[in-house]
Amino acid sequence: MKELNSVRFEFPSLSANEGFARGAAACFAAQLDMTLTELGDVKTAVSEAVTNCIVHAYPDSVGPILLRLRILEGGELEIQVKDRGRGIEDVERARQPLFTTGGDERGGMGFTIMESFTDSMKVRSKVGAGTTVTMRKRVEKRRKAR
Amino acid sequence: MTLSLSGELDHHEARQLIGELEEKIDTGMPRDCVLDLGGLKFMDSSGIAIILKLHKRMNALGGRLFVQNVQSQPMRVLDASGIDRIIEISV
Ligand SMILES: Nc1ncnc2c1ncn2[C@@H]1O[C@H](COP(=O)(O)OP(=O)(O)OP(=O)(O)O)[C@@H](O)[C@H]1O
Ligand SMILES: [Mg+2]
Repeated sequence: MKELNSVRFEFPSLSANEGFARGAAACFAAQLDMTLTELGDVKTAVSEAVTNCIVHAYPDSVGPILLRLRILEGGELEIQVKDRGRGIEDVERARQPLFTTGGDERGGMGFTIMESFTDSMKVRSKVGAGTTVTMRKRVEKRRKAR
Repeated sequence: MTLSLSGELDHHEARQLIGELEEKIDTGMPRDCVLDLGGLKFMDSSGIAIILKLHKRMNALGGRLFVQNVQSQPMRVLDASGIDRIIEISV
């Protein structure tokens, strides 16, 4: 699918950057004709993916997080969040609702929320090398007001 | 007892907030606790973890937690989590 526009940000895995990351994503996504609900979904999905990098990918250190956003032909937003942290042993299991390695601080709902708030979610991960989450969200076609 | 949250609730905010909320419940020992989300514009799964924690805290005291005035984005997150099966939530 043809790319119409894209941006990339790299920032350290500090929790103070969570708000920045989802805000920047919503600003960029506003180029598409999204409803407030759809923009809220984008913010939520980005917040989940970035928080996972901060909490799980780099549990005792600070490392780089790469956020890439692309607008694709046909009105689709692609969100990619990448880390070079510790990786996920069993991605299938990690994607299950309520699965968490985060103790009682976390609920294990992040991937479930990302999946239900976007049209597709891919997770690629290698232990010791890092994780890449790629989500796509289509803008619902609305009839133009007469 | 009513506890009100406002602004945006993510992992960054939650880290500090949870201690404050638990302390209020522990000192107040209320019969019931209402979590008023009327001013909360955004939350992610960190908010779910906080609600579950407060729910457990209230259960331990023999009381209940009610979540009220939920705005649209937080409601979508709560819906996706299925938490309404354990906790009473109203808009
Ligand atoms: N970027 C990542 N690097 C390493 N492990 C990850 C990463 N993202 C997720 N995981 C693993 O997958 C599990 C499930 O993630 P998910 O976001 O669904 O739940 P959670 O983060 O544990 O809890 P919640 O998102 O509800 O706060 C995590 O507990 C962690 O073990
Ligand atoms: Mg998570």
